[in-house]
Amino acid sequence: MNDFIQLDFPSLLLGTLAALSCGLLGNFLLLRGQALMGDTISHVVLPGIVGGFLLAGSVAALPMMLGALFASLFSVSLIELIKRAGRIEAGAAMGAVFTTMFALGVVLLEQSGARGVHLDVEHALYGNLESALWLEAESFQDLLSFSKLFSLPEDIWVLFFITLLVILFIVVFYKPLMITSFDAAHADSLGISSKWMGLGLVFMTALSAVAAFSAVGSILVIAMFICPPATARMLTDKLSTQLWISGFIAVLSGISGYFLAAFGPFWFGGQDSVSAAGMIALMAGFLQVLAMLFAPRYGVLSRLFFKNRFHNQ
Amino acid sequence: MSEFLAELIKALTLQAGYNTSLVLVGAALLGGAAGGIGVFVLLRKRSLVSDAISHATLPGVVLAFMLASYFFDDGRALWALLIGAAFSAVLGALAVEWIVRYTRLKEDAAIGTVLSTFFALGIVLLTLVQSVYQGGQAGLSDFILGSTAGLLYQDALLIAVSAFVVGLVLIFKFKELTLLCFDITFAKAQGYNVASLDRLLLFLLLAVVVIGLKTVGLVLVIALTIIPPVAARFWTERVSHMVLIATFIGALGSWFGAALSSVATDLPTGGLIVLTLFSIFLISLLVAPKRGALAHALRHKLFQRRVHERQGLLAISRAEPVFDPLTQKILRKKRFLRADGAVTEEGHQAAQKMARDQVLWNAYHQAYPIEALALEDWSLRPIEEVIPKDLVEELSEELMLTKVRLVQ
Repeated sequence: MNDFIQLDFPSLLLGTLAALSCGLLGNFLLLRGQALMGDTISHVVLPGIVGGFLLAGSVAALPMMLGALFASLFSVSLIELIKRAGRIEAGAAMGAVFTTMFALGVVLLEQSGARGVHLDVEHALYGNLESALWLEAESFQDLLSFSKLFSLPEDIWVLFFITLLVILFIVVFYKPLMITSFDAAHADSLGISSKWMGLGLVFMTALSAVAAFSAVGSILVIAMFICPPATARMLTDKLSTQLWISGFIAVLSGISGYFLAAFGPFWFGGQDSVSAAGMIALMAGFLQVLAMLFAPRYGVLSRLFFKNRFHNQ
Repeated sequence: MSEFLAELIKALTLQAGYNTSLVLVGAALLGGAAGGIGVFVLLRKRSLVSDAISHATLPGVVLAFMLASYFFDDGRALWALLIGAAFSAVLGALAVEWIVRYTRLKEDAAIGTVLSTFFALGIVLLTLVQSVYQGGQAGLSDFILGSTAGLLYQDALLIAVSAFVVGLVLIFKFKELTLLCFDITFAKAQGYNVASLDRLLLFLLLAVVVIGLKTVGLVLVIALTIIPPVAARFWTERVSHMVLIATFIGALGSWFGAALSSVATDLPTGGLIVLTLFSIFLISLLVAPKRGALAHALRHKLFQRRVHERQGLLAISRAEPVFDPLTQKILRKKRFLRADGAVTEEGHQAAQKMARDQVLWNAYHQAYPIEALALEDWSLRPIEEVIPKDLVEELSEELMLTKVRLVQ
């Protein structure tokens, strides 16, 4: 059990927190037709992270976060510029910018000799959840002791506060977020600026993508911005319900994915665990497939079933 | 530095060995084909579908590696890996279509779902392979970021030939694809099967992505199909020109990027190619004649000058003083004003002409309001330059009559 609390618990917590913060924000991105914003941001932060690392000369969290935040805001404005200057559709502008920023990050990374430290491209893509350790812990009782909790890895604390911030953001701005996401023109006529709410959402997206990115890698970030909200969207029409469901799905895929990755291979006679970030994303995708097929009202199979019954009558 | 340049020039001019040259030719063919196809994909507004397709290749690559190492002992045969990639990419493309058609989720969510789920599966399989075949899978992660360093002769040949074939198909189906992008109804009326044309476009896109995997890597290969068309969009309004320009940009960028990486071997090929392409895009954004940023700024400046000159001259014609410093500057430059602010002889003449033009413009606007609205620079240019001479005469005759009556 000691092994579990020292080795598995911090990774589990990290994966689940990342899933939760991204999954909740994803709901609004999905409603706005900006589901790929998470994809874009998780690619463009790479040069920012490497740049922050190069400037600070160490793997400290703050400069890397600032660099990443700067890179994502810069990219969002660049996308907007390309869209307007060339009258080019959003998807293509996003594609042009995020591939370039990612390429820049990759080249900087190889160039800088940052490779050895603990920055490399594979790490950026699928993270290294397993490296989170809590060696100070001895038993489950430590979860109740503040002094012990402070010895949790820095990544976890950062992500914890960002998750709290995300929840606070959604609770405080629930109404304006909802109205601007469903009907921007109506919101503007009510005096709620859809532009500022949109910017706020992009900022929060960048913040949680960046925090999650350095811990779990871009693939899990992309999956979590999309799969839990999309799953919830299959199950309900009501935004508040959708938020609860997506949060639940995010946590569920975080926990089940981690256990499957860490222990699953051994049940089938394997010798090594597989990538936890990958497995969590895969679980989220799997849950979404289930929802798309079997959701009571909008699921493909249930609709087929009801249609047949209707025809038979 | 000069040594680096010399080596770069050697690579660019195909003098750096047979293998490197073949890689360069392959990269250029690939970039050209991808750029051309990308134009149609852009016009169909489906640029990010390639993102889903490229990420969806990973599980196929890893599974193909496992099968190939089981059956042939060596899992790294490029053709086997590419077939696996194509297979799972097709599944990914079908999954996107299925989600869009049968569920309430939109295309962006479908793309995100497919790319993250397939890529996650690929990563899980990759870590599984890493624990089973210790070291034997070394080349597999090259597919994520791309590398031409370890490319064998027959692999480079495979890439070059298949890129060439894709380019040929594009040339033969050029007319049909253009129709598909601009006028689906007309294409249908002409008896084309629109659904199968759409599928052909998707298939070409898929082929380019799969061929480009090894060189550019799956994260960045989509840049080959997105950046050249976006850059070409700044240079022209015509599809045929746009395809030519995008093909050229794609080929040039890939050629140069691949040459760079053959000299700077520690830098990833895909990254260098994408950065080269983006530099070409930036140049296009700045200096393209009609839609470029500089041209735009210049046009704005000219427009501003015209308006200021006109307002200044109209003020002079009404014997009002000109206060605005920019207007004063423009009028002085044209010698309509002296340095002390007095109006010159030319200034009076020009003001008179401008006032007369303005009266004519107003008359034109009253007589033909709709046509006047449609004119871009109504009242900003001398009227004889814009509307036919006889019409101007007619208008001025009418005005003369009214004027005479007023005088009487």
